Amino acid sequence: MIAFSFYLFAICVLVGGFFTVISRQPVHSVLWLILAFLSSAGLFVLLGAEFVAMLMIIVYVGAVMVLFLFVVMMLDVDFAELKAEMAKYMPLALVIALVLLMQFFLAFGAWDANAAAEGLRQNVTPTDIPNTNALGMLLYDKYFLLFQLAGLILLVAMIGAIVLTMRHRTDIKRQDILTQIYRDPAKSMELKDVKPGQGL
Amino acid sequence: MASFFSDTYLGIALVIIGQILLVLLPLLVAQAFIMLAERKIWAAVQLRRGPNVVGAFGLLQSFADFAKYIVKEVVFPAGADRFVFILAPIISTVMALIAWAVIPFGDDLVVANINVAILYVFAISSLEVYGVIMGGWASNSKYPFLGSLRSAAQMISYEVSIGLIIIGVIISSGSMNFGAIVASQKGDFGLFSWYWLPHFPMLFLFFISALAETNRPPFDLPEAESELVAGYQVEYSSTPFVLFFLGELVAMTLMCALVTLLFFGGWLSPVPGLPDGLLWMIGKMIIVFFLFSMVKAITPRYRYDQLMRLGWKVFLPMSLVWVVFVAFAAKFDWLWGTYARWAVGG
Repeated sequence: MIAFSFYLFAICVLVGGFFTVISRQPVHSVLWLILAFLSSAGLFVLLGAEFVAMLMIIVYVGAVMVLFLFVVMMLDVDFAELKAEMAKYMPLALVIALVLLMQFFLAFGAWDANAAAEGLRQNVTPTDIPNTNALGMLLYDKYFLLFQLAGLILLVAMIGAIVLTMRHRTDIKRQDILTQIYRDPAKSMELKDVKPGQGL
Repeated sequence: MASFFSDTYLGIALVIIGQILLVLLPLLVAQAFIMLAERKIWAAVQLRRGPNVVGAFGLLQSFADFAKYIVKEVVFPAGADRFVFILAPIISTVMALIAWAVIPFGDDLVVANINVAILYVFAISSLEVYGVIMGGWASNSKYPFLGSLRSAAQMISYEVSIGLIIIGVIISSGSMNFGAIVASQKGDFGLFSWYWLPHFPMLFLFFISALAETNRPPFDLPEAESELVAGYQVEYSSTPFVLFFLGELVAMTLMCALVTLLFFGGWLSPVPGLPDGLLWMIGKMIIVFFLFSMVKAITPRYRYDQLMRLGWKVFLPMSLVWVVFVAFAAKFDWLWGTYARWAVGG
């Protein structure tokens, strides 16, 4: 049963990834990519890493992909034109890809893992406690400093992005919500009792 | 016979299908009466009678509407992306329904009792937005497109604060399993042991965020009738429309269940001594649902920029500060351990 589920999810990931690349319509590409992410979340569940699987769905599918879809829908890029442009550089790209592939093979062939390294690996899917707890112990106890440093780097990146994009324009009118809320109706409008046929 | 259901794949599959039907059939039938109840409540607020022709007190009104919708013709707009157009309402409904797999109705009265149940519900509810986005995009029309863009921004904004509020409750109960969360709310003081009291401000934030998350008024901007006609639903007719409608209603019911489980002790009895059970759970859900529909009846629609401001500048900082507070309160056992209940339940 596990094997069947594995092949089902694995095939979905591959099909999703394949159609993400060859799809002509960018929105379809994003939807195929969502399928790939969902299926890989399924693979995580099969590994016993249910917390990672749920985070995968929440972060990638629930947030990142929504933003992707948002941008792709808004931009309305003509991908056929872009692809025609790219086709000119195809031979060069293929050569680079080939060189990289060769390098990977060479590096992998020369790889000789120390037998003791196997024992140093952390078991992320223990059977005695839920893996959420296990992950929490690893991140917040054992690797606390590294984890906080990673968070700090992200914070710096976030502040940088905000600073780069923030422009305070002075030539436009802005709404001040607080003054709008605290406006006194008695000061801004007046009730007049208009007699029929007279007018003000 | 017993070994057939516990040992063979076919037997296990049959049991699971049976459990699924046991949850889904009452749920779907309940939607018909929930719709009717909503219309009756709005009518009562606006001094009207509401549906009262089909069946006694209009009890069969929803079934009549349903029959009317499904015999109509499915209209495809010119230039619509047919596949995505049909897929969108299906996703909307399916996502709303599969979240019920982990919602318990009593001790161990649940289809799938998984460790990360609350994360699962959160993940699924973040996927619901795809139905709206895809529907709006595939319609190839301006109003639906605007509606789907609004919906995407709105749901992402309020998901953040819902997530933080849930984290507060998780810190208190020390588990992500609904059974453990409810068990940790069991105490000597009946309804005063539930999380609504220690997490009081977050109850309001969660309730309002749930309104925004399910596109309910006063945050129904993706389908605002007066600006966008009906937003992403404009081009939909017949069964696809019913699916959208059903998805929205089921998602709202799910939010009622979530409020009940997280803040009102699920199936626990409010008075110490009385037996706990399914009826308490359903009763609490009905009360929360009544509040949901009262909000729709008495509040005007928000302006879009104010909606965004509320989500990012008010709710997000408040829930973030609350998470920090709960973390400290739980760690240092403030208030006689009110915030640290993991020893009790989880």
